[in-house]
Amino acid sequence: MSHKHSETQASEKQSSLLGWLDRRYPLVSTWNEHVGEYYAPKNFNFWYFFGSLALLVLVNQFITGIWLTMSYKPSAAEAFNSIEYIMRDVEWGWLIRYMHSTGASAFFIVIYLHMMRGLLYGSYKEPRELVWLLGMLLFLVLMAEAFMGYLLPWGQMSYWGAQVIISLFGAIPVIGPDLALWVRGDFVISDVTLNRFFALHVIALPLILIILVFMHIVALHKVGSNNPDGVEIKKYKNESGLPIDGIPFHPYYSVKDSMGAVFFMILFAFVVFYWPEGGGFFIEPPNFEPANPLKTPDHIAPVWYFTPFYAILRAVPDKFLGVVAMGGAIAVLFAMPWLDRCKVKSIRYRGASFKLLLTMFVVSFIALGYLGTQPSTPELTKAAQLFTALYFAFFLILPFTSVNEKTKPIPERVH
Amino acid sequence: MSTKEHKSKGVDLQRRKILTGATGVVGAAGATFLAVPFVSSWQPSEKAKAAGAPVDIDLSKLQPGQMVTVSWRGKPVWVVRRTPDMLERLSASDSQLRDPASQESIQPDYCQNPSRAINEEYLVVVGICTHLGCAPLYRPAIGSPDVGADWQGGFFCPCHGSRFDLAGRVFQSVPAPTNLEIPPHHFVNANLVRIGEDPKKEGVA
Repeated sequence: MSHKHSETQASEKQSSLLGWLDRRYPLVSTWNEHVGEYYAPKNFNFWYFFGSLALLVLVNQFITGIWLTMSYKPSAAEAFNSIEYIMRDVEWGWLIRYMHSTGASAFFIVIYLHMMRGLLYGSYKEPRELVWLLGMLLFLVLMAEAFMGYLLPWGQMSYWGAQVIISLFGAIPVIGPDLALWVRGDFVISDVTLNRFFALHVIALPLILIILVFMHIVALHKVGSNNPDGVEIKKYKNESGLPIDGIPFHPYYSVKDSMGAVFFMILFAFVVFYWPEGGGFFIEPPNFEPANPLKTPDHIAPVWYFTPFYAILRAVPDKFLGVVAMGGAIAVLFAMPWLDRCKVKSIRYRGASFKLLLTMFVVSFIALGYLGTQPSTPELTKAAQLFTALYFAFFLILPFTSVNEKTKPIPERVH
Repeated sequence: MSTKEHKSKGVDLQRRKILTGATGVVGAAGATFLAVPFVSSWQPSEKAKAAGAPVDIDLSKLQPGQMVTVSWRGKPVWVVRRTPDMLERLSASDSQLRDPASQESIQPDYCQNPSRAINEEYLVVVGICTHLGCAPLYRPAIGSPDVGADWQGGFFCPCHGSRFDLAGRVFQSVPAPTNLEIPPHHFVNANLVRIGEDPKKEGVA
């Protein structure tokens, strides 16, 4: 494959198949813009694996998901049994189903680390605000996708988890109860709800995900990738106009990311084969019982990736304000590019105040994640209230400390 | 092309603006009308609405203190046969309740009384937590490690720790905002309660 613009034009005159195609479709130029001649900083570290890994997991979810729809029945009467049918009778059905259910958890592990990378190196800052906003939208749609997917096995936790989350809409003043009824399509979660969640889970939301992923990458390639030093490589270019500290994505990062992908798949396969329920965190024990609308399991908790937000919901002793706090915990992340007013991007050159605040935020997030898995007792509720306060404190304090932060000198070029 | 170039070629920009605007307005109106069937399609269907038929419960086999659960409109409805002792304890916790007189809660007028019942021996209540829709647990025993030593018996929601007394009235400082809902119901005879229908004699349809 050619790497230079002069060759791009040359290929249009070629009589080869590539030339024939290129005269009808911008094949070579698209490849070059996004892969062959996409110059990324040369100093990417471990944290930069997670973007391409997210794409890999997305592909896994698409393929296993399509295969699952071939045997799954989206009706209240048949859904639970059709999952058991997939697990026991369909050839390799157990593997495809476990790849899909483990893939959901893997998706969130990868995405949380991907977002963490953004926070560490200031990847949300100018000129990458839109990359961050599109990423946050992706995170939101991914949560909806995961939530709707979790209803489909029609187990006890599927049912009651959906009941709780849809009731959140009911907390909105005035229109709430009608809105919850509209989302459910029935007075309780029923066959109707299951069937429409299936439609949204397999068609509507995956389409939106694909479009947003495309936009996320296009926006990134317009402004160029950030790096662990948080300096712009476009500042120093050689005589042919290429960034001195940049290397073409292919072959450098395509090879590096492939290596990361293989390592990830080894870990993933290990979980799929030996630990598919993830100790009750990836598939919760009550979900091995069919949904019973008359009995709530003694302890209900969402899947692990929702527990930090769930803990915030429970920490507030007021129905409406609890929902507001939970929604706010996600919404405030959208504002990150404007809340952090420090010009220095990477944590490597930022002051102690940011390092302290970010540590507090990460500790709170993990602590809330743990608390969200536990039954609510007065002591644990107090702890959840403390960590909820710390979670929001990060966003409240940051705009003030980041203005006059005592930063270290930023290097001119990447190391 | 710039505006200047347009004008030199005799393009009527005013006319184009009006036409574009008019097309936009008509198109938006059409899109709004088109959205109606798609949005309305998510409302409960006629079939779902019809499933709300009344349910009868035979009370003759219900022991004092016992609770039965029936399904009405797909929701759990509880009938608790309260003992005189239980009824006596009801007023004891009034000061700790959020809405002791049930002024902000959902119940038929004929059940807006301290015991929240037509016949105070039988509590008929929708078993769905007013917080986020879990089914609370029936915990009639006095005092217990997880709900508190001063527990006088009632309902405890395992999801988010909301507590209700034996009339379904919510305690203070729990997430549930209102008392448990009382469904419309009436006694067909002393041993048969019909859920989903108001009493007829008072002229309530």
